[in-house]
Amino acid sequence: MKVSLNQKILSRNEEAAAKNRQFFAEHKVFCLNVISSPGAGKTALLERTIRDLKERYAIGVIEGDIETDKDARRIQAAGARAFQIETKGACHLSAEQVHNALKMIDAQTLDLVFIENVGNLVCPSAFDLGESGRVVILSVPEGDDKPAKYPGTFAGASVIVLNKIDLLPYVPFDLSRVLADIHTVNPQSPVLQLSAATGEGIDAWYDWLRRHLEKKQP
Amino acid sequence: MHETVVAENVLRTILEHAEKLKARPVRAVVSCGQFNALNEEAMKFAFETAAAGTVCQGMLLQIRQIPLRASCRACRTLFELNLMTPLCPQCRSEDFDIEPDAPLLLEEIEFEDKQ
Ligand SMILES: Nc1nc2c(ncn2[C@@H]2O[C@H](COP(=O)(O)OP(=O)(O)O)[C@@H](O)[C@H]2O)c(=O)[nH]1
Ligand SMILES: [Mg+2]
Ligand SMILES: [Zn+2]
Repeated sequence: MKVSLNQKILSRNEEAAAKNRQFFAEHKVFCLNVISSPGAGKTALLERTIRDLKERYAIGVIEGDIETDKDARRIQAAGARAFQIETKGACHLSAEQVHNALKMIDAQTLDLVFIENVGNLVCPSAFDLGESGRVVILSVPEGDDKPAKYPGTFAGASVIVLNKIDLLPYVPFDLSRVLADIHTVNPQSPVLQLSAATGEGIDAWYDWLRRHLEKKQP
Repeated sequence: MHETVVAENVLRTILEHAEKLKARPVRAVVSCGQFNALNEEAMKFAFETAAAGTVCQGMLLQIRQIPLRASCRACRTLFELNLMTPLCPQCRSEDFDIEPDAPLLLEEIEFEDKQ
């Protein structure tokens, strides 16, 4: 006997994501899901962004990157509210975890909420968190083959940050190949080349943020 | 290894149906697109692990990969997109729109026929 279902496997996550999305819309919160490999510079980009924009926007961060609270403390030192999710070895955050964390940081009082996802370039992209937009960070030392290897992650990005461009003179990295591979799967989203360490190129990122915060959509 | 979460969700749904039907599941079909990056081996291993000790232990899990499709802006051909050679097979144009990727679906479950 056969039972035909054609049922979405991640429907539970999608239901929780829909709740989060409704929460953000109701409270006019702009939420960005930040995805990258470990060490690409998620926390570094958030620290600099918070330092530079905290006078203008109320910013909060949901930290899912590691089990210790090291990143959350870096965020707090930069001047934003942070809440650490204990991921316990999971390879991605789920919408339900985010739902619980939103209450802890009083997200309704914020303009901008960043979710620093677990450091992983593959798994997080299958899980909608209800975010308004998705930031995918690729850093120069990771190599120029990543967009071709993980096309799904780049296809789902609202904006792609190419970080650590200060290292371009020191490592082999075919920039035109990276841009072409991203363009193949995602021709509409901008690729912002910057260095979270030196601040080079960071203004394009702040412009992108400002434009989307004004519209409150990706 | 998001396959673990996918496998757990699949298992939960199969167990619910098995309970309702009072039947033993023997086979299930999962389909996925190219962007959700489901690794077949990892998925089968994760499912076997999750199913151990349940009525689903030993059942067959089939995974159907649905190719990515694109439509050429130059000649309007609809084609299966190979990301290694992203070209329209008809006119060699690189200008195309990718169709939405197939979602992760539990398509069907087959149960043992009762005597
Ligand atoms: N050279 C250089 N190093 C960077 C840059 N951004 C981050 N880093 C360094 O990369 C390492 C990992 O950064 P981190 O923000 O912790 O990455 P995360 O794991 O993605 O959160 C740290 O040692 C940072 O100082 C950059 O733009 N240039
Ligand atoms: Mg971090
Ligand atoms: Zn064509």
